[in-house]
Amino acid sequence: MLPFVTVEGAAAPFLLPNVDTDVIMPKTFLKGIDRAGLDRGVFNLLRFRADGAPEPEFILNRPGYEGARFLVVGPNFGCGSSREHAVWGLAQLGIRALIGTSFAGIFDDNCRNNGLLTISLDPAVVARIAVVVARPETSRLRIDLPAERVTIVATGEEILFEIEPLRKEPLLRGLDAVGTTLAEADSIRAFEARHRAENPWLA
Amino acid sequence: MAGPRTLYDKIVDAHTVRALDDKGRVLLYVDRTILNEYTSPQAFTGLREAGRTVWNPAAALMVVDHVNPTTPRRTADMPDAGAARQAAYFAQNARDFGIELIDVLDPRQGIEHVVAPEQGLVLPGMVVAAGDSHTTSYAALGALGFGIGTSDIEHYLATQTLVYRRLKTMRITLHGAAGLGVTAKDMVMELIRRIGADGAVGHAVEFDGPALVALSVEERMTLANMIVEAGARGAVMAPDDKVFRYMDGRPRAPRGALWQRALAAWAGLASDPGARFDRSFTLDVAEVAPMVTWGTSPDQAAPVAGRVPAPEAEAEGDPARRRAAERALAYMDLRPGTPLDAIPISHAFIGSCTNARIEDLRDAARVLTGRTVAPGVRAIVVPGSTAVRVQAEAEGVAEIFRQAGFEWRQSGCSMCLAMNDDVLAPGDRCASSTNRNFEGRQGAGARTHLMSPAMVAAAAVTGRITDVRRLAAPARKPEPCSLS
Repeated sequence: MLPFVTVEGAAAPFLLPNVDTDVIMPKTFLKGIDRAGLDRGVFNLLRFRADGAPEPEFILNRPGYEGARFLVVGPNFGCGSSREHAVWGLAQLGIRALIGTSFAGIFDDNCRNNGLLTISLDPAVVARIAVVVARPETSRLRIDLPAERVTIVATGEEILFEIEPLRKEPLLRGLDAVGTTLAEADSIRAFEARHRAENPWLA
Repeated sequence: MAGPRTLYDKIVDAHTVRALDDKGRVLLYVDRTILNEYTSPQAFTGLREAGRTVWNPAAALMVVDHVNPTTPRRTADMPDAGAARQAAYFAQNARDFGIELIDVLDPRQGIEHVVAPEQGLVLPGMVVAAGDSHTTSYAALGALGFGIGTSDIEHYLATQTLVYRRLKTMRITLHGAAGLGVTAKDMVMELIRRIGADGAVGHAVEFDGPALVALSVEERMTLANMIVEAGARGAVMAPDDKVFRYMDGRPRAPRGALWQRALAAWAGLASDPGARFDRSFTLDVAEVAPMVTWGTSPDQAAPVAGRVPAPEAEAEGDPARRRAAERALAYMDLRPGTPLDAIPISHAFIGSCTNARIEDLRDAARVLTGRTVAPGVRAIVVPGSTAVRVQAEAEGVAEIFRQAGFEWRQSGCSMCLAMNDDVLAPGDRCASSTNRNFEGRQGAGARTHLMSPAMVAAAAVTGRITDVRRLAAPARKPEPCSLS
């Protein structure tokens, strides 16, 4: 997992509420057994025309946002299907963080597992950031994870956010969650023995 | 933990290996998972690359459901190369990691959330996490069910646990008596409409109340299944005698003395009197009418007697919601003020983990008895499992569908998400018993109206969205045994 420390880049506003993972990663990109090629799938039906050419109106195709590192998004972003392909695709596209008011649960967990930072802020703060980044010349943000701070580069405004330590540490260090948990295999085994003794029909 | 506890907290407490912090993060032991061919491959590849094994292969079941064709004659052929590759790798993973596989030719095959209860894989008090968002369905069996992504599937397979954050709790109490033609689907659609597509984000929902108790286990599955469309991160329901009767004798359910011990333990699976919930919501189901979606989010819904709303009315002053409604109406090609029951359809689809169990098919068949699909409408029914299909054939339900002009298919997820070849074309408009009306869900540019199976049947025979209550009940109410 790619560690996240301090990242600077353009932020693209995409503020519709309830953007679902079918829209983020259409079904035609779910036929693989690996994670390859999913960058093309991100917002595919919105980002590209039927002939495969970029849709110039879509935010990530507009001048100044082609290489965006962040998205500023509407409430309940990532709702719907559990498909982690949506997060893999966003990461492959170079998106490192999402700023919004709320994120759908499975999607948020998928982000956590892939080094994609989700930042939840008050609606008024998200709206303010969205207004600033809606102009390409002021679209740059700097996100400092150790300091839990978003800086609007053009104005110098600093916005603090909160992240739970158990989510922050693995992001900072790019840790493998499975390896960390397997270090506790003995306590899992002990729990399991007790759990099965209490619920013998589970064995 | 002192004081009265919610059912959710009891189940989480009973599965906590250890607390990871003082903010509610725990290492959570997970009893079971069900794997499908499209969200699991990268998890197995992760295990292979790290040289890891599966902690307990017997606690998992692998079911092919998302990508397989549902053509009436069942074969193992996957015409799509990607689907074939996924099915082949799925089978290889089952062999290499020693997990039981239900492939397309297996008589137990079906949609994972239909198959797992049929097999007795999910029992009260369990934690079940699986790589599909509709895993919340298992609340109906007294388990805590929730969906996970592929990385967490890998974590589960390797460790039997998840790094989990305890959720806030939301109690949804159902009371009152449902009117004629109102199903569990209508109740959950009305709930989603009222609380919003993000109404339960970050919460575990516990359903309770007399109107819940009155529902069958299968109807409860519909409720639990679709509450994820309000953002619920998990769901629970206290199991009762209906659940125990449903489970008794299932292939994987305990038997004999173990069954008796289990029953005694399960009797305590309920929230304590006085247990505190972070939020509560009450629905009088007598207020619920047959529902239909008009937009591209499951909360963009209305009673079928209503009209397509104006975006400004829908927005309630929120500009983002207004934009979303305008965008939805443009995608759906609908004008504000249009009566919902004036909207013509091109397709009718009965299927999905929400509404393709035997009771759903019987409901639809009651409407279809003595009627035929309207000219110009393509109507398809995809049973939730091969067992449901066999049962429907034995009961005569399948024959009613066939005589009405429905295509009677094999089981799978099919046109709910259109990952297989059951895909709508741009501009098609489908009355659908499924769970998501997202843009492009059933095919790029295709339009989905969610509703109950009986409402889909009504739309199929009239050719437009129709209040099922306006179709008089057939003279003979089909009883399962009298039909064949």
